[in-house]
Amino acid sequence: MKQYTSFFRIRFLAGLQYRAAAFAGVFTQLFWGLMELMMFRAFYLFAPEKLPMDMQALCSYVWIQQGTLSIWNLWGWEPALFQAVQTGEVAYELTRPTDLYAMWSARGFATRLSRGLPRLIPILIVGSLLPAPYGFRLTISFPTFCAFLFSMALTLWLCVSICLVCYSLTFYLTDYRGIITFVPALCEIFSGDLLPLPFFPPVLRRIAELSPFGSLQNVPLRIFGGNIAGAQLFGAVGLQLFWCLTVTVLGYSLMHRGLRRTVIAGG
Amino acid sequence: MIEMKGISKTYRVRKREAGLGNAVKALFSRAYTEVEALTNMSFTIPDGQIVGYIGPNGAGKSTTIKILSGILRPDKGECTVNGMVPWRDRKKCVSRLGVVFGQRSQLWWDVPVMDSFCLLRDIYRVPEQDFQRNLNRLRQQLDLGDFLTAPARTLSLGQRMRCEIAAALLHSPDILFLDEPTIGLDAVSKLKVREFIRAENRDRKTTVILTTHDMQDIDALCSRVLLIGKGRLLLDGSIEEIRAMAGENLSTEESVADLYRRFGI
Repeated sequence: MKQYTSFFRIRFLAGLQYRAAAFAGVFTQLFWGLMELMMFRAFYLFAPEKLPMDMQALCSYVWIQQGTLSIWNLWGWEPALFQAVQTGEVAYELTRPTDLYAMWSARGFATRLSRGLPRLIPILIVGSLLPAPYGFRLTISFPTFCAFLFSMALTLWLCVSICLVCYSLTFYLTDYRGIITFVPALCEIFSGDLLPLPFFPPVLRRIAELSPFGSLQNVPLRIFGGNIAGAQLFGAVGLQLFWCLTVTVLGYSLMHRGLRRTVIAGG
Repeated sequence: MIEMKGISKTYRVRKREAGLGNAVKALFSRAYTEVEALTNMSFTIPDGQIVGYIGPNGAGKSTTIKILSGILRPDKGECTVNGMVPWRDRKKCVSRLGVVFGQRSQLWWDVPVMDSFCLLRDIYRVPEQDFQRNLNRLRQQLDLGDFLTAPARTLSLGQRMRCEIAAALLHSPDILFLDEPTIGLDAVSKLKVREFIRAENRDRKTTVILTTHDMQDIDALCSRVLLIGKGRLLLDGSIEEIRAMAGENLSTEESVADLYRRFGI
Protein backbone atom coordinates (compact mmCIF):
# COMPACT_ATOMS: atom_id res chain seq x y z
CA MET A 1 0.00 0.00 0.00
CA LYS A 2 2.90 2.32 0.86
CA GLN A 3 3.96 2.06 -2.78
CA TYR A 4 0.71 3.52 -3.99
CA THR A 5 0.32 6.19 -1.32
CA SER A 6 3.84 7.38 -2.00
CA PHE A 7 3.01 7.54 -5.68
CA PHE A 8 -0.11 9.50 -4.83
CA ARG A 9 1.95 11.93 -2.76
CA ILE A 10 4.57 12.69 -5.40
CA ARG A 11 1.91 13.11 -8.06
CA PHE A 12 -0.19 15.34 -5.83
CA LEU A 13 2.76 17.58 -5.00
CA ALA A 14 3.80 17.69 -8.64
CA GLY A 15 0.28 18.70 -9.60
CA LEU A 16 0.25 21.62 -7.18
CA GLN A 17 3.17 23.32 -8.91
CA TYR A 18 1.19 24.45 -11.96
CA ARG A 19 0.17 27.88 -10.66
CA ALA A 20 -0.62 29.48 -14.00
CA ALA A 21 -2.87 26.57 -14.92
CA ALA A 22 -4.74 26.86 -11.60
CA PHE A 23 -5.20 30.59 -12.08
CA ALA A 24 -6.44 30.17 -15.65
CA GLY A 25 -8.75 27.37 -14.49
CA VAL A 26 -10.36 29.52 -11.81
CA PHE A 27 -10.88 32.34 -14.27
CA THR A 28 -12.38 30.08 -16.96
CA GLN A 29 -14.73 28.40 -14.53
CA LEU A 30 -15.96 31.71 -13.11
CA PHE A 31 -16.63 33.00 -16.57
CA TRP A 32 -18.35 29.80 -17.60
CA GLY A 33 -20.49 29.82 -14.46
CA LEU A 34 -21.63 33.37 -15.16
CA MET A 35 -22.52 32.47 -18.74
CA GLU A 36 -24.58 29.51 -17.59
CA LEU A 37 -26.40 31.68 -15.08
CA MET A 38 -27.24 34.23 -17.76
CA MET A 39 -28.67 31.46 -19.93
CA PHE A 40 -30.77 30.05 -17.09
CA ARG A 41 -31.91 33.51 -16.09
CA ALA A 42 -33.52 33.83 -19.52
CA PHE A 43 -35.33 30.51 -18.97
CA TYR A 44 -36.61 31.62 -15.60
CA LEU A 45 -37.81 35.00 -16.76
CA PHE A 46 -39.73 33.27 -19.53
CA ALA A 47 -41.45 30.41 -17.68
CA PRO A 48 -40.38 29.80 -14.08
CA GLU A 49 -43.30 27.48 -13.27
CA LYS A 50 -42.28 24.95 -15.93
CA LEU A 51 -38.77 24.41 -14.61
CA PRO A 52 -37.71 21.52 -12.37
CA MET A 53 -35.36 23.38 -10.00
CA ASP A 54 -35.81 26.77 -8.36
CA MET A 55 -33.37 29.49 -9.33
CA GLN A 56 -31.40 29.53 -6.06
CA ALA A 57 -30.91 25.73 -6.09
CA LEU A 58 -29.85 25.91 -9.70
CA CYS A 59 -27.33 28.69 -9.00
CA SER A 60 -25.76 26.75 -6.14
CA TYR A 61 -25.65 23.75 -8.48
CA VAL A 62 -23.81 25.76 -11.10
CA TRP A 63 -21.26 27.20 -8.67
CA ILE A 64 -20.46 23.91 -7.01
CA GLN A 65 -20.28 22.38 -10.49
CA GLN A 66 -17.73 24.94 -11.63
CA GLY A 67 -15.83 24.65 -8.36
CA THR A 68 -15.45 20.88 -8.51
CA LEU A 69 -15.03 20.59 -12.28
CA SER A 70 -11.44 19.36 -12.27
CA ILE A 71 -12.39 16.54 -9.94
CA TRP A 72 -14.88 14.87 -12.25
CA ASN A 73 -14.26 16.19 -15.78
CA LEU A 74 -13.55 13.10 -17.80
CA TRP A 75 -11.40 14.93 -20.32
CA GLY A 76 -9.04 15.88 -17.51
CA TRP A 77 -7.35 12.52 -18.10
CA GLU A 78 -3.68 12.32 -18.87
CA PRO A 79 -2.63 12.20 -22.51
CA ALA A 80 0.75 10.97 -21.27
CA LEU A 81 -0.79 7.64 -20.26
CA PHE A 82 -2.47 7.11 -23.62
CA GLN A 83 0.85 7.88 -25.24
CA ALA A 84 2.69 5.58 -22.85
CA VAL A 85 0.59 2.68 -24.06
CA GLN A 86 0.78 3.63 -27.70
CA THR A 87 4.53 4.26 -27.83
CA GLY A 88 5.60 1.48 -25.50
CA GLU A 89 6.87 3.82 -22.79
CA VAL A 90 4.70 1.68 -20.52
CA ALA A 91 7.52 -0.91 -20.66
CA TYR A 92 9.28 0.78 -17.77
CA GLU A 93 6.24 0.69 -15.54
CA LEU A 94 5.89 -3.01 -16.24
CA THR A 95 9.36 -3.70 -14.89
CA ARG A 96 8.24 -2.52 -11.44
CA PRO A 97 7.03 -4.84 -8.72
CA THR A 98 3.66 -3.07 -8.67
CA ASP A 99 0.27 -3.43 -10.25
CA LEU A 100 -0.19 -1.08 -13.17
CA TYR A 101 -3.90 -0.64 -12.54
CA ALA A 102 -3.42 0.38 -8.92
CA MET A 103 -0.54 2.65 -9.88
CA TRP A 104 -2.48 4.53 -12.51
CA SER A 105 -5.52 4.78 -10.25
CA ALA A 106 -3.40 6.41 -7.56
CA ARG A 107 -2.10 8.73 -10.22
CA GLY A 108 -5.62 9.61 -11.37
CA PHE A 109 -6.79 10.42 -7.84
CA ALA A 110 -3.71 12.54 -7.16
CA THR A 111 -3.93 14.49 -10.40
CA ARG A 112 -7.59 15.27 -9.96
CA LEU A 113 -7.34 16.30 -6.33
CA SER A 114 -4.26 18.44 -6.94
CA ARG A 115 -6.07 20.21 -9.75
CA GLY A 116 -9.42 20.39 -8.04
CA LEU A 117 -8.72 21.54 -4.49
CA PRO A 118 -6.83 24.78 -5.29
CA ARG A 119 -9.58 25.82 -7.70
CA LEU A 120 -12.51 25.02 -5.43
CA ILE A 121 -12.12 27.66 -2.71
CA PRO A 122 -11.62 30.79 -4.87
CA ILE A 123 -14.58 29.91 -7.07
CA LEU A 124 -16.89 29.37 -4.11
CA ILE A 125 -15.73 32.61 -2.51
CA VAL A 126 -16.43 34.66 -5.63
CA GLY A 127 -19.69 32.75 -6.15
CA SER A 128 -20.92 33.55 -2.65
CA LEU A 129 -20.21 37.27 -3.13
CA LEU A 130 -22.84 37.49 -5.85
CA PRO A 131 -26.32 38.69 -4.83
CA ALA A 132 -29.25 36.28 -4.40
CA PRO A 133 -30.50 34.33 -6.24
CA TYR A 134 -27.38 34.23 -8.45
CA GLY A 135 -24.81 33.57 -5.76
CA PHE A 136 -23.57 30.43 -4.11
CA ARG A 137 -25.47 29.68 -0.86
CA LEU A 138 -24.83 26.84 1.53
CA THR A 139 -28.42 26.06 2.51
CA ILE A 140 -28.34 22.31 3.08
CA SER A 141 -28.32 20.52 6.43
CA PHE A 142 -25.23 18.89 7.87
CA PRO A 143 -26.31 15.28 7.09
CA THR A 144 -27.08 16.27 3.52
CA PHE A 145 -23.70 17.90 3.28
CA CYS A 146 -22.08 14.64 4.42
CA ALA A 147 -24.09 12.75 1.80
CA PHE A 148 -22.86 15.25 -0.76
CA LEU A 149 -19.22 14.69 0.22
CA PHE A 150 -19.63 10.92 0.11
CA SER A 151 -21.32 11.08 -3.27
CA MET A 152 -18.61 13.40 -4.60
CA ALA A 153 -15.97 10.89 -3.49
CA LEU A 154 -17.79 8.18 -5.45
CA THR A 155 -17.90 10.50 -8.45
CA LEU A 156 -14.15 10.91 -8.26
CA TRP A 157 -13.68 7.14 -8.01
CA LEU A 158 -16.00 6.48 -10.96
CA CYS A 159 -14.30 9.13 -13.04
CA VAL A 160 -10.86 7.64 -12.39
CA SER A 161 -12.18 4.16 -13.26
CA ILE A 162 -13.72 5.32 -16.52
CA CYS A 163 -10.39 6.91 -17.43
CA LEU A 164 -8.65 3.62 -16.71
CA VAL A 165 -11.04 1.78 -19.01
CA CYS A 166 -10.13 4.29 -21.71
CA TYR A 167 -6.38 3.91 -21.14
CA SER A 168 -6.80 0.12 -21.21
CA LEU A 169 -8.71 0.22 -24.50
CA THR A 170 -5.61 1.77 -26.04
CA PHE A 171 -3.93 -1.64 -25.73
CA TYR A 172 -6.39 -2.93 -28.33
CA LEU A 173 -6.35 -0.02 -30.75
CA THR A 174 -3.79 1.45 -33.11
CA ASP A 175 -4.62 5.00 -32.13
CA TYR A 176 -6.31 6.44 -29.07
CA ARG A 177 -7.76 9.54 -30.69
CA GLY A 178 -11.11 7.88 -31.33
CA ILE A 179 -11.57 7.27 -27.61
CA ILE A 180 -10.64 10.76 -26.53
CA THR A 181 -13.14 12.26 -28.96
CA PHE A 182 -16.03 9.87 -28.53
CA VAL A 183 -16.16 9.14 -24.80
CA PRO A 184 -16.11 12.78 -23.59
CA ALA A 185 -18.84 13.64 -26.09
CA LEU A 186 -21.07 10.92 -24.64
CA CYS A 187 -20.15 11.98 -21.15
CA GLU A 188 -20.88 15.64 -21.74
CA ILE A 189 -24.47 14.86 -22.63
CA PHE A 190 -25.29 12.01 -20.27
CA SER A 191 -23.56 13.36 -17.17
CA GLY A 192 -25.56 16.58 -17.24
CA ASP A 193 -22.54 18.72 -18.06
CA LEU A 194 -24.25 20.55 -20.91
CA LEU A 195 -27.61 20.76 -19.18
CA PRO A 196 -28.54 19.38 -15.74
CA LEU A 197 -30.42 16.08 -16.13
CA PRO A 198 -33.68 17.34 -14.52
CA PHE A 199 -34.10 19.54 -17.59
CA PHE A 200 -34.09 16.51 -19.93
CA PRO A 201 -37.29 14.99 -21.39
CA PRO A 202 -38.38 12.10 -19.09
CA VAL A 203 -37.25 9.10 -21.18
CA LEU A 204 -33.87 10.54 -22.05
CA ARG A 205 -33.46 11.65 -18.47
CA ARG A 206 -34.07 8.10 -17.22
CA ILE A 207 -31.56 6.66 -19.68
CA ALA A 208 -28.96 9.25 -18.72
CA GLU A 209 -29.50 8.71 -15.01
CA LEU A 210 -29.07 4.94 -15.32
CA SER A 211 -25.98 5.16 -17.52
CA PRO A 212 -22.58 5.19 -15.82
CA PHE A 213 -22.16 8.83 -16.86
CA GLY A 214 -25.29 9.73 -14.91
CA SER A 215 -23.52 8.57 -11.76
CA LEU A 216 -20.81 11.18 -12.15
CA GLN A 217 -21.38 14.84 -11.21
CA ASN A 218 -25.16 14.53 -11.59
CA VAL A 219 -25.68 12.89 -8.18
CA PRO A 220 -23.55 14.99 -5.79
CA LEU A 221 -24.49 18.27 -7.46
CA ARG A 222 -28.18 17.53 -7.22
CA ILE A 223 -27.83 16.39 -3.61
CA PHE A 224 -26.18 19.73 -3.01
CA GLY A 225 -28.96 21.63 -4.76
CA GLY A 226 -31.58 19.71 -2.73
CA ASN A 227 -32.94 18.11 -5.88
CA ILE A 228 -32.20 14.54 -4.77
CA ALA A 229 -33.22 13.71 -1.21
CA GLY A 230 -34.72 11.02 1.00
CA ALA A 231 -35.13 7.51 -0.43
CA GLN A 232 -34.13 8.81 -3.84
CA LEU A 233 -30.78 9.78 -2.38
CA PHE A 234 -30.02 6.26 -1.22
CA GLY A 235 -31.04 4.87 -4.60
CA ALA A 236 -28.82 7.30 -6.49
CA VAL A 237 -25.79 6.76 -4.25
CA GLY A 238 -26.36 2.99 -4.42
CA LEU A 239 -26.31 3.16 -8.21
CA GLN A 240 -23.10 5.21 -8.04
CA LEU A 241 -21.50 2.52 -5.91
CA PHE A 242 -22.67 -0.14 -8.35
CA TRP A 243 -21.11 1.65 -11.31
CA CYS A 244 -17.87 2.31 -9.40
CA LEU A 245 -17.42 -1.40 -8.72
CA THR A 246 -18.51 -2.54 -12.18
CA VAL A 247 -16.33 -0.09 -14.08
CA THR A 248 -13.34 -0.85 -11.85
CA VAL A 249 -13.65 -4.58 -12.50
CA LEU A 250 -14.11 -3.92 -16.21
CA GLY A 251 -11.05 -1.67 -16.41
CA TYR A 252 -8.93 -4.08 -14.40
CA SER A 253 -9.73 -7.07 -16.58
CA LEU A 254 -9.38 -5.06 -19.80
CA MET A 255 -5.96 -3.88 -18.73
CA HIS A 256 -4.70 -7.28 -17.69
CA ARG A 257 -6.00 -8.98 -20.82
CA GLY A 258 -4.46 -6.16 -22.83
CA LEU A 259 -1.10 -6.57 -21.12
CA ARG A 260 -1.06 -10.29 -21.83
CA ARG A 261 -1.38 -9.77 -25.54
CA THR A 262 0.69 -6.67 -25.63
CA VAL A 263 3.64 -6.30 -27.91
CA ILE A 264 6.07 -3.54 -27.30
CA ALA A 265 7.82 -2.98 -30.57
CA GLY A 266 11.22 -1.43 -31.14
CA GLY A 267 14.29 -0.96 -29.01
CA MET B 1 21.58 -16.93 -12.63
CA ILE B 2 19.62 -16.59 -15.83
CA GLU B 3 18.53 -19.57 -17.86
CA MET B 4 16.70 -19.66 -21.18
CA LYS B 5 15.80 -22.94 -22.77
CA GLY B 6 14.20 -23.21 -26.19
CA ILE B 7 12.42 -19.88 -26.00
CA SER B 8 10.39 -18.90 -29.06
CA LYS B 9 8.25 -15.84 -29.61
CA THR B 10 6.21 -15.04 -32.66
CA TYR B 11 4.51 -11.71 -33.30
CA ARG B 12 1.45 -11.36 -35.46
CA VAL B 13 1.87 -8.33 -37.64
CA ARG B 14 -0.89 -6.87 -39.74
CA LYS B 15 0.11 -6.49 -43.36
CA ARG B 16 -1.32 -4.66 -46.31
CA GLU B 17 -0.04 -3.89 -49.76
CA ALA B 18 0.21 -0.20 -50.54
CA GLY B 19 -2.55 1.57 -52.43
CA LEU B 20 -6.17 2.58 -52.09
CA GLY B 21 -7.68 -0.68 -53.35
CA ASN B 22 -5.78 -2.71 -50.80
CA ALA B 23 -6.61 -0.26 -48.04
CA VAL B 24 -10.33 -0.70 -48.75
CA LYS B 25 -9.91 -4.47 -48.90
CA ALA B 26 -8.17 -4.41 -45.53
CA LEU B 27 -11.25 -2.82 -43.97
CA PHE B 28 -13.12 -6.07 -44.50
CA SER B 29 -10.52 -8.76 -44.22
CA ARG B 30 -7.27 -8.34 -42.46
CA ALA B 31 -4.20 -10.31 -43.35
CA TYR B 32 -1.54 -11.08 -40.83
CA THR B 33 1.97 -12.36 -41.17
CA GLU B 34 3.79 -14.17 -38.45
CA VAL B 35 7.16 -12.72 -37.58
CA GLU B 36 9.46 -14.95 -35.63
CA ALA B 37 11.21 -12.69 -33.17
CA LEU B 38 12.97 -15.50 -31.31
CA THR B 39 13.47 -19.09 -32.34
CA ASN B 40 14.66 -21.74 -29.93
CA MET B 41 16.82 -19.38 -27.91
CA SER B 42 18.89 -21.04 -25.19
CA PHE B 43 21.66 -19.73 -22.98
CA THR B 44 22.77 -19.63 -19.37
CA ILE B 45 24.35 -16.66 -17.63
CA PRO B 46 25.93 -17.35 -14.23
CA ASP B 47 25.97 -14.74 -11.48
CA GLY B 48 28.47 -11.93 -11.73
CA GLN B 49 29.12 -11.98 -15.45
CA ILE B 50 28.98 -9.02 -17.84
CA VAL B 51 27.50 -10.26 -21.07
CA GLY B 52 27.29 -8.30 -24.29
CA TYR B 53 24.15 -9.10 -26.20
CA ILE B 54 24.65 -7.98 -29.76
CA GLY B 55 23.02 -8.30 -33.13
CA PRO B 56 21.68 -6.06 -35.87
CA ASN B 57 18.45 -4.07 -35.50
CA GLY B 58 15.45 -6.33 -35.32
CA ALA B 59 17.48 -9.37 -34.27
CA GLY B 60 15.39 -10.00 -31.15
CA LYS B 61 17.53 -8.35 -28.50
CA SER B 62 14.77 -6.26 -26.98
CA THR B 63 12.35 -9.16 -27.15
CA THR B 64 14.77 -11.21 -25.05
CA ILE B 65 15.12 -8.44 -22.48
CA LYS B 66 11.36 -8.02 -22.34
CA ILE B 67 10.85 -11.73 -21.75
CA LEU B 68 13.51 -11.75 -19.02
CA SER B 69 11.91 -8.77 -17.29
CA GLY B 70 8.42 -10.25 -17.36
CA ILE B 71 6.86 -7.82 -19.85
CA LEU B 72 6.32 -10.42 -22.58
CA ARG B 73 5.43 -14.04 -22.34
CA PRO B 74 7.05 -16.37 -24.87
CA ASP B 75 5.07 -18.87 -26.95
CA LYS B 76 7.37 -21.77 -26.15
CA GLY B 77 10.27 -22.66 -23.93
CA GLU B 78 11.39 -22.27 -20.36
CA CYS B 79 13.11 -19.43 -18.67
CA THR B 80 14.14 -18.70 -15.11
CA VAL B 81 15.71 -15.66 -13.54
CA ASN B 82 17.07 -16.31 -10.06
CA GLY B 83 15.01 -19.49 -10.09
CA MET B 84 11.74 -17.69 -10.88
CA VAL B 85 9.72 -17.61 -14.07
CA PRO B 86 9.54 -13.90 -14.90
CA TRP B 87 6.10 -13.70 -16.47
CA ARG B 88 4.50 -15.98 -13.91
CA ASP B 89 6.15 -14.53 -10.79
CA ARG B 90 6.48 -11.06 -12.22
CA LYS B 91 6.37 -8.90 -9.11
CA LYS B 92 8.79 -11.01 -7.08
CA CYS B 93 11.11 -11.52 -9.98
CA VAL B 94 11.40 -7.90 -11.08
CA SER B 95 12.08 -6.66 -7.56
CA ARG B 96 15.60 -8.16 -7.93
CA LEU B 97 16.06 -6.60 -11.35
CA GLY B 98 17.29 -3.22 -12.52
CA VAL B 99 16.47 -2.05 -16.03
CA VAL B 100 17.70 0.86 -18.12
CA PHE B 101 16.20 1.39 -21.56
CA GLY B 102 18.51 3.97 -23.12
CA GLN B 103 15.83 5.28 -25.42
CA ARG B 104 13.16 5.71 -22.78
CA SER B 105 13.09 7.46 -19.43
CA GLN B 106 12.05 6.31 -15.99
CA LEU B 107 12.48 9.70 -14.35
CA TRP B 108 9.50 11.96 -13.89
CA TRP B 109 9.79 14.70 -16.40
CA ASP B 110 8.79 17.72 -14.32
CA VAL B 111 9.79 16.91 -10.75
CA PRO B 112 13.28 16.95 -9.23
CA VAL B 113 15.26 13.74 -9.81
CA MET B 114 15.38 13.19 -6.08
CA ASP B 115 11.58 12.88 -5.96
CA SER B 116 11.72 10.12 -8.57
CA PHE B 117 14.39 8.39 -6.47
CA CYS B 118 12.23 8.57 -3.33
CA LEU B 119 9.33 7.14 -5.26
CA LEU B 120 11.47 4.24 -6.45
CA ARG B 121 12.59 3.70 -2.86
CA ASP B 122 8.95 3.23 -1.85
CA ILE B 123 8.05 1.15 -4.89
CA TYR B 124 10.87 -1.31 -4.20
CA ARG B 125 10.39 -1.06 -0.42
CA VAL B 126 14.04 -0.16 0.20
CA PRO B 127 14.75 0.46 3.92
CA GLU B 128 15.80 4.05 4.61
CA GLN B 129 19.39 3.26 5.72
CA ASP B 130 20.04 1.09 2.66
CA PHE B 131 18.58 3.80 0.47
CA GLN B 132 20.79 6.52 1.96
CA ARG B 133 23.86 4.32 1.68
CA ASN B 134 23.13 3.42 -1.93
CA LEU B 135 22.32 6.99 -2.80
CA ASN B 136 25.60 8.28 -1.37
CA ARG B 137 27.56 5.64 -3.20
CA LEU B 138 25.81 6.27 -6.52
CA ARG B 139 26.07 10.02 -6.10
CA GLN B 140 29.83 9.73 -5.74
CA GLN B 141 30.50 7.11 -8.35
CA LEU B 142 28.23 8.61 -10.99
CA ASP B 143 29.11 12.17 -10.06
CA LEU B 144 25.51 13.22 -9.55
CA GLY B 145 26.41 15.98 -7.07
CA ASP B 146 24.29 19.02 -7.68
CA PHE B 147 21.67 18.00 -10.17
CA LEU B 148 19.54 15.70 -8.02
CA THR B 149 17.45 18.71 -7.03
CA ALA B 150 16.84 19.75 -10.64
CA PRO B 151 13.79 18.57 -12.59
CA ALA B 152 14.66 15.81 -15.08
CA ARG B 153 13.66 17.96 -18.03
CA THR B 154 16.45 20.44 -17.32
CA LEU B 155 19.24 17.85 -17.43
CA SER B 156 21.57 17.20 -20.34
CA LEU B 157 21.40 13.73 -21.89
CA GLY B 158 24.63 12.68 -20.19
CA GLN B 159 23.43 13.84 -16.78
CA ARG B 160 20.07 12.23 -17.33
CA MET B 161 21.54 8.90 -18.36
CA ARG B 162 23.67 8.81 -15.22
CA CYS B 163 20.53 9.48 -13.18
CA GLU B 164 18.71 6.73 -15.08
CA ILE B 165 21.43 4.25 -14.19
CA ALA B 166 21.40 5.35 -10.56
CA ALA B 167 17.61 4.99 -10.55
CA ALA B 168 17.92 1.39 -11.71
CA LEU B 169 20.32 0.53 -8.89
CA LEU B 170 18.72 2.14 -5.83
CA HIS B 171 17.24 -1.18 -4.74
CA SER B 172 20.56 -3.06 -5.16
CA PRO B 173 19.37 -5.49 -7.83
CA ASP B 174 21.32 -8.69 -8.53
CA ILE B 175 20.79 -8.36 -12.25
CA LEU B 176 21.02 -5.27 -14.39
CA PHE B 177 19.68 -5.03 -17.93
CA LEU B 178 21.17 -2.19 -19.88
CA ASP B 179 19.57 -1.56 -23.24
CA GLU B 180 21.81 0.85 -25.16
CA PRO B 181 22.88 2.86 -22.11
CA THR B 182 25.47 4.90 -24.00
CA ILE B 183 23.33 5.90 -26.95
CA GLY B 184 23.84 9.53 -27.86
CA LEU B 185 26.35 10.24 -25.08
CA ASP B 186 29.50 12.33 -25.45
CA ALA B 187 32.93 10.77 -24.90
CA VAL B 188 33.27 11.85 -21.28
CA SER B 189 29.86 10.59 -20.24
CA LYS B 190 30.40 7.33 -22.11
CA LEU B 191 33.66 6.68 -20.29
CA LYS B 192 32.08 7.51 -16.96
CA VAL B 193 29.17 5.16 -17.56
CA ARG B 194 31.48 2.34 -18.63
CA GLU B 195 33.77 2.83 -15.68
CA PHE B 196 30.80 2.74 -13.37
CA ILE B 197 29.36 -0.46 -14.84
CA ARG B 198 32.73 -2.15 -14.45
CA ALA B 199 33.00 -1.05 -10.81
CA GLU B 200 29.45 -2.11 -10.04
CA ASN B 201 30.14 -5.58 -11.39
CA ARG B 202 33.48 -5.85 -9.61
CA ASP B 203 32.38 -4.58 -6.20
CA ARG B 204 28.86 -5.91 -5.95
CA LYS B 205 29.01 -8.92 -8.30
CA THR B 206 26.01 -7.58 -10.19
CA THR B 207 25.21 -9.58 -13.30
CA VAL B 208 25.00 -7.24 -16.27
CA ILE B 209 23.40 -7.86 -19.63
CA LEU B 210 24.30 -5.15 -22.04
CA THR B 211 22.69 -4.69 -25.42
CA THR B 212 24.39 -2.14 -27.59
CA HIS B 213 25.49 -1.26 -31.09
CA ASP B 214 28.59 0.43 -29.74
CA MET B 215 31.41 -2.10 -30.03
CA GLN B 216 33.63 0.00 -27.81
CA ASP B 217 31.16 -0.68 -24.99
CA ILE B 218 31.63 -4.38 -25.69
CA ASP B 219 35.42 -4.08 -25.88
CA ALA B 220 35.58 -2.17 -22.63
CA LEU B 221 33.19 -4.25 -20.57
CA CYS B 222 32.23 -7.69 -21.72
CA SER B 223 34.04 -10.92 -21.03
CA ARG B 224 31.44 -12.81 -23.02
CA VAL B 225 29.40 -11.97 -26.07
CA LEU B 226 26.16 -13.48 -27.33
CA LEU B 227 25.62 -12.73 -31.00
CA ILE B 228 22.10 -13.13 -32.28
CA GLY B 229 20.50 -12.61 -35.67
CA LYS B 230 17.01 -13.22 -37.00
CA GLY B 231 15.95 -14.50 -33.61
CA ARG B 232 18.63 -17.18 -33.34
CA LEU B 233 21.72 -17.46 -31.20
CA LEU B 234 24.61 -17.54 -33.64
CA LEU B 235 27.64 -17.29 -31.45
CA ASP B 236 28.52 -17.50 -27.79
CA GLY B 237 32.08 -16.69 -26.88
CA SER B 238 34.68 -14.13 -25.87
CA ILE B 239 35.60 -11.07 -27.90
CA GLU B 240 38.90 -12.72 -28.75
CA GLU B 241 37.09 -15.66 -30.26
CA ILE B 242 34.89 -13.38 -32.32
CA ARG B 243 37.86 -11.44 -33.59
CA ALA B 244 39.71 -14.63 -34.35
CA MET B 245 36.80 -15.88 -36.41
CA ALA B 246 36.66 -12.73 -38.47
CA GLY B 247 40.28 -12.84 -39.57
CA GLU B 248 43.40 -10.82 -39.15
CA ASN B 249 43.75 -7.37 -37.68
CA LEU B 250 40.16 -6.29 -37.74
CA SER B 251 38.74 -4.12 -34.98
CA THR B 252 35.85 -5.51 -32.98
CA GLU B 253 33.50 -3.31 -34.97
CA GLU B 254 34.79 -4.67 -38.28
CA SER B 255 34.81 -8.23 -37.02
CA VAL B 256 31.20 -8.01 -35.96
CA ALA B 257 30.18 -6.42 -39.26
CA ASP B 258 32.04 -9.20 -41.03
CA LEU B 259 30.17 -11.82 -39.02
CA TYR B 260 26.81 -10.15 -39.74
CA ARG B 261 27.60 -10.40 -43.44
CA ARG B 262 28.83 -13.94 -43.17
CA PHE B 263 25.71 -15.09 -41.32
CA GLY B 264 23.59 -13.17 -43.80
CA ILE B 265 21.80 -11.17 -41.08
